[in-house]
Amino acid sequence: MSTIELKGITKLFGALAAVRDVDLTVAAGETVCLLGPSGCGKTTTLRIVAGLEQATAGDVYVAGKRMNDLAPAARDIAMVFQFYALYPSLTVAENIAFPLHYERLSAAERERRVAAAAETLELSGILDRLPGQVSEGEKQRVAVARAIVRDPNCFLFDEPLSRLDVELRQTMRGQIKQVLTGLSKACVIVTHDQLEALTMADRIAIMRDGLIEQIASPHAIFSKPGNVFVASFIGTPQMNLVEATLAGVEGVDATLAFGEHRLKIAVDRAVTALPKGSKVTFGIRPRAFTLAGAASERTISGAVEIIEPMGAETLIHIRVGELDLRVVVPREIRVRPGHVVHLAADPSQLNMFDASGKAVRS
Amino acid sequence: MADTTATPAHSAPRRVRISRGVGEAGWGRTLAATIISLIYFFPVLWIILTAFKSYGDALAVPPKFIFTPTLDNFVSVFSRAYSAGGSAVDTNFDLFFFNSIFIAGTSVFLALVIGTLAAFGFSRYPLKGNETYLFIILSTRMLPAIVVIIPIIVMFRVTGLAGTYIGIILLYTAFNLPFTVWMMKSFFDELSPDVEDAARLDGSSDIRVFFKICLPQVLAGIAATAVFGLILTWNEYLFALLLSGVETRTVPVAMAQTIGGDIGVRWGLLAAIETLFLIPVILVTFFLQNHLLRGVTFGTIKR
Repeated sequence: MSTIELKGITKLFGALAAVRDVDLTVAAGETVCLLGPSGCGKTTTLRIVAGLEQATAGDVYVAGKRMNDLAPAARDIAMVFQFYALYPSLTVAENIAFPLHYERLSAAERERRVAAAAETLELSGILDRLPGQVSEGEKQRVAVARAIVRDPNCFLFDEPLSRLDVELRQTMRGQIKQVLTGLSKACVIVTHDQLEALTMADRIAIMRDGLIEQIASPHAIFSKPGNVFVASFIGTPQMNLVEATLAGVEGVDATLAFGEHRLKIAVDRAVTALPKGSKVTFGIRPRAFTLAGAASERTISGAVEIIEPMGAETLIHIRVGELDLRVVVPREIRVRPGHVVHLAADPSQLNMFDASGKAVRS
Repeated sequence: MADTTATPAHSAPRRVRISRGVGEAGWGRTLAATIISLIYFFPVLWIILTAFKSYGDALAVPPKFIFTPTLDNFVSVFSRAYSAGGSAVDTNFDLFFFNSIFIAGTSVFLALVIGTLAAFGFSRYPLKGNETYLFIILSTRMLPAIVVIIPIIVMFRVTGLAGTYIGIILLYTAFNLPFTVWMMKSFFDELSPDVEDAARLDGSSDIRVFFKICLPQVLAGIAATAVFGLILTWNEYLFALLLSGVETRTVPVAMAQTIGGDIGVRWGLLAAIETLFLIPVILVTFFLQNHLLRGVTFGTIKR
C-alpha cells in the first residue's frame, strides 16, 4: 500500500526548529497539501520524507516501512521540484527515462513506458529536445512525466506550479489532479498558494513555525478554521477578525462589544457557555456580510472608505471605529465613499475564538 | 524601442535617438578595437614575419615589411650546421616538440582528472575546515616559483625523479592542480543542487550523479580550465630548465639554448621555433573557444 506516515518529526537547524513534532498520515490515493507562509517548515518536512534531510527526531514510514536510515535512492519516491530539476544535458526523453535505469527493463519496455508518460502529459512532440529548448510549462510537464514513469511508493511535489503564469497554472492544476487520481498513491504537495491547496488537496495541513496548526478537508479548513491563524491565512479577501468582549448572553444570542460598538448575533452553544466578560475574537468572512436597510442591534454601522471592483463582485472597505472591515458585495450594489452602511452578518458563518486564539465550537 | 518613437501628438517633434541593437558597434568603435588588437598582436606578427626572413633581412635596419619569404629557418629548426661550413646535424627539435606536447598534455589531463574529482568533493562533501584546505592547496601558487625551486630540486634529487618524464609530469600536474581545483569547484558550486537531489531520488548512486548529471554540466568549465592549464604548462621555463634532462627537454628550454653560437643570435631561427611553438596553442584555443567563452562567463549568464 502506498502510504506516508510521519510520527513526531522534529528537525533542528542549530538552535532553530524548522519542524516541530509533526504527525501526519497520508492514505493511499490521498493528496495532502502542506500549506503555509514561507519558512514555516513545509519544504523541510517534504525533504525529510524524501530523505534529502535527516530528521532530528521522529520516524518516517513510507508504504509501511520505516525509512529513517535509507538513502533517497533506496526509498523509491518520486518528487517534482520547484525548479523542476530537469537534467540539463539529457533530452526530454532521456529525462523521463532516467528513473527507469535501475529497473533493468528491456529497451522496448522502457521506450513504451516513456512514450506512455509522454502521451499522458502531451510531450510526444518534444521528446528529442533539451530542457533548455522547451517552455516553462513543458518543463513542468516533463518533471511530472519523470515522476509518473515508474511505479513509486508515493509522490512529493514541492511548489509544483509556482513558476507558471496564472493561466498555465489553472490548466496544470487540473492536469496534475487528473494524473494523480488515476494512480491511487499517497501524495504530498507543498505550496504557499491557498487556491492550489484548496483545489488539489483531499486534506490540507496548515503549517506555521514548524507546527501543523490544523489538518482537515479544504471545506472544513475554510468553514471551520481551528484557530485565528488558520482563519486569517485561508480565504481571499482575508476574514475579518475582531477582538471583542462577550458582553452578555440571551438564549442563543450573544452580545459582542468592541470599541464603542455592540453586535447581537446568534452563536454556537459553546460560546454561550463562556463566562461573561471573556475576551474573544470573532471572525466573519467578507462574503458573509449583507447590507441591511436600517441600523439595528444586529448590524454594524460604518462609513465606506475604499471601493475595489473585482469583476463579478465588489470589495468594500468599511471604517468602523478603529477597524477596517472588508465586505464583498455583488457588483449590482453601488455605494460611494463616505456612505454609511449597515452590515448584517450571517450567524451560520460566524467563527468565534477564545483568548488563546483557539476556535470555540460545540 | 517602441516607447522612444511614441511621442505625444501635441508636443513638438524631437529627435529620437534610435539605439543600435547588440552586435552593431559602429565604425568608430570597430576601428578603435582594431587598432588596439593590432598593438596586442604586433609582437606575434613580428615573430611570424621574422620566421620567414633570411638572416640579413631579419637584422635589417629599418625593419623590412616587404621581403622575399624563405623557409630556410624552418628547415634549420630540425637540422642545421653548428659552425660555418660544417655539415647539417639533427637538432633533436622533433623530440623537444614531442616532449612539450606529451608533458603538457599528460600533466594537464592528470590535473583535470584529479582536480575535477577533488573539486566535486570540496563542493559537495565539504571537510571540516573546508576553506582551510582550499587555502593550503593554493598557497604554493602564492609565491614566485623561484622561492620553492631549491626544496623541489632536493626532493627530485633524493627521489631520483630529476630528468625523467614521470618527474616533470608529476611536477606540472601538482602545479596545475590548485588552479584546476579552484576553477572546477566554482563551476560545481554553480550547479543546482535540486538536480542532483532529483537524480538521487530517481535511484542514482553518487557515482552516477557525478558522471551522468554533474560532469556533463561542467564540460565548458573543463575546457576553459584545460586551455589555461595548457598555456601555463606549455610556456613554463624555469622548472623545465632545472629539472628536465637531455631526453626530456621541452621546447622553451631548447629554444633558450639556441641563442648563442659563433655567428651571433639567429633571430630568424628563433622566430621559426616560436612560430611552430605557437601552433598547438592556437589550435587548442581555436577548437575550444566556444566552450572557453561559455566557461569563463559561466556564473554571469545563468538563469
